[in-house]
Amino acid sequence: MNGTTKHKDGNGPQQTDLRHFDLRRLIALVTKESYQALRDPSTLLIAFVLPVVLLLLFAYAVSLDAKDVRVGVVLESPGAAAQELAAAFAGTKFLDAHFAHDRREVADQLVSGDLRGYVVIPQDFEQRLAQRGSEPLVQIVTDGSYPNTANYVENYARGVVQSWRAGLDVGAPAQAVMLEPRYWFNPELESRRALIPGAIAIVMTIIGTMLTALVVAREWERGTMEAVLSTPASVAEILIGKLLPYFVLGMLSTLGAAALAVFVFGVPMRGSLAALLLLSAVFMVPALGQGLLISSLARNQFLAAQIALFTGFLPAFMLSGFLYEIDAMPAPIRAITRAVPARYFVDSLKTVFLAGDIWAVFLPNLAAMAAIGGLFFVIAKRATRKNLE
Amino acid sequence: MLTSAFSFTRLRAQFIKEVLSVLRDPRSRMVVFVPPILQLLVFAFAATLEVRNVDIAVYNQDAGRWSHELVQRLDSARFITHVRHVDSQRLLHEMIDRGEVIAALAIPVDFSRTIAAGDSGRAQVLVDGRRSNSGQITVAYLSTIAADVGAEVVPDAQAPTPVVVRHWFNPNLVYRWFIVPGLTGILALFSALLITSLSIARERELDTFDQLLVSPTSTPEIIVSKSLPALAIGTLLGLFMISAGVFLFGIPFTGSFALLLASLVLFILSVVGIGLMISAVSMTQQQAILGAFAIGVPAVLMSGFATPVENMPLVLQWLAQAIPLTHFLIIVEGSFLKAMPPGDILASLWPLALIALATLTMATVFVRGRLQ
Repeated sequence: MNGTTKHKDGNGPQQTDLRHFDLRRLIALVTKESYQALRDPSTLLIAFVLPVVLLLLFAYAVSLDAKDVRVGVVLESPGAAAQELAAAFAGTKFLDAHFAHDRREVADQLVSGDLRGYVVIPQDFEQRLAQRGSEPLVQIVTDGSYPNTANYVENYARGVVQSWRAGLDVGAPAQAVMLEPRYWFNPELESRRALIPGAIAIVMTIIGTMLTALVVAREWERGTMEAVLSTPASVAEILIGKLLPYFVLGMLSTLGAAALAVFVFGVPMRGSLAALLLLSAVFMVPALGQGLLISSLARNQFLAAQIALFTGFLPAFMLSGFLYEIDAMPAPIRAITRAVPARYFVDSLKTVFLAGDIWAVFLPNLAAMAAIGGLFFVIAKRATRKNLE
Repeated sequence: MLTSAFSFTRLRAQFIKEVLSVLRDPRSRMVVFVPPILQLLVFAFAATLEVRNVDIAVYNQDAGRWSHELVQRLDSARFITHVRHVDSQRLLHEMIDRGEVIAALAIPVDFSRTIAAGDSGRAQVLVDGRRSNSGQITVAYLSTIAADVGAEVVPDAQAPTPVVVRHWFNPNLVYRWFIVPGLTGILALFSALLITSLSIARERELDTFDQLLVSPTSTPEIIVSKSLPALAIGTLLGLFMISAGVFLFGIPFTGSFALLLASLVLFILSVVGIGLMISAVSMTQQQAILGAFAIGVPAVLMSGFATPVENMPLVLQWLAQAIPLTHFLIIVEGSFLKAMPPGDILASLWPLALIALATLTMATVFVRGRLQ
């Protein structure tokens, strides 16, 4: 980092000499920044309390496995077969069946959101069953305004009708082609096992990008950045001094979150701790780089917070493949996701927790994170220099 | 100190000052309006729980007719981009490990022979459980394809149980129709929360709060003047995004616009109250922003946007009732798609009003505490 030598005005050769890398000065800077970081309760809130809250929420509140979905069952037919089918609906654990005799009643509840769907067993159900023909047996109506839940309601309700009917004619031939699915890495199909590792990436983005952007932006806003830059300390020392405490904080927070995931939420840890640490450490490069870049562009805490929110946190949430599948996005948006460092980290985290040390997954991801991080730092350095001119 | 009455002139002056403090800087102006709108455009297309453009690996050991038929149908399936053929079980495993394919089919040697003999031909499907939700959807798609092949084997036997399915409000289950109204609430929430939580904290950090203390302003005036800019900006953003939903994304708007507008205002007001509370307890802007974050993120997660509230444990369901976004989401989704009658809207509107009242009252108490 000898960029400072290019400044002619006021920088004598003597001062240029002073601006070499000095370990003692660096230690002093790191100590000062660490005190500053730890003195503020909000830093600790973000680094240690928020991760616990987030992990708890991803473990218990955000569940993609719908269960006990409230559906109405309108039983219009008094026949025995209809009663049996209704009983089958009452028996399934995936649906929480509420019985009614009138369609209008449940239709209103669908609008108000009390029910997510309903099944109509029509008045002439027994006749239709006897005809074995084209007339539909039952009608399934879902609340399409929640598409994911609507899909669940459709599939579960179909399943109930199908297995009820299979129970009727025992002699029916088996299906000609059967698929035997086996879910690797997550045989119980608990969505939390896939979500919690991804949540760690969100936490690291908040600490790395958000916190750094704020801290450095405050220095610019108050003008203390210029003051620090005018000391004999080199730009590299100052930046390392600023970033190192947040790097350590991020790593500690990751370790804490990983321990919580494994020991409290029962997420398996099939890869090695070394791989997890390496991945996290490399992810901190683009995360911190982005924070630094935002702060040197914004130089004001409000702006920095807004930019960090909209370019750091929300993309990590929506575009990283953590909650929404990247493959299913349209091509231009898939291209945007390639610039989101969290994308590579989420992919690696899911693998290190659920699958194991698969370097064929890690290496390209590590390279991508390092490249994006390097780019951020180069631009941030340029922006910093420009701010001083 | 607090005896001075409510003065309209003073209020107007303060309001102008507060608006300027947010919008004076052209970069701030941009950052308040542009990113939320860009995010809406990007996320509307990004947030989908469907499965598309995936690769499937096939290890076909069978040379017979039925495996050929199955593979051909996979090739022409629209959700699959490539069917990757491999010639060993080990390669199949590796492709799953590396995440190159979401699922891998292993068709045994005797597949066609078994089917010809009248038995079930069984094919094993390995699924990447790291993508648990998409994996399940993929298996459902694959099962449909398998059933189609099966229907060709025995054309007349076991017709599928006739069931009619109708998806109300959103017949084709377009995910965007759900996401865009929801994002309106989330993006407006974050904007309003950040703007208000910074308002008092900025004054404190810049030491101008003391000046406010010695001025004749009363607490209600401070609260009102600090609330109005965020209320105006949040409501404008919300309205803009609602119209983008209608005119840009073509989402049917079937409900009452007036009621939605009233709900939006109440929703932003309750968020403003939360923001002011955060601002009153924060010593610095950093604390205010991080506090807003620590409240905003869990609130969004529990609001029913990511997954329905009724899937949550009971305690969290109760807690979710205290989050303004939960109620606003019901109203905004209902107003767009469900033609929600006023009675149902009111059922979610009065909790919003209650929350707004509670948060604004508490904000007043907090700010008054700071003044003394």
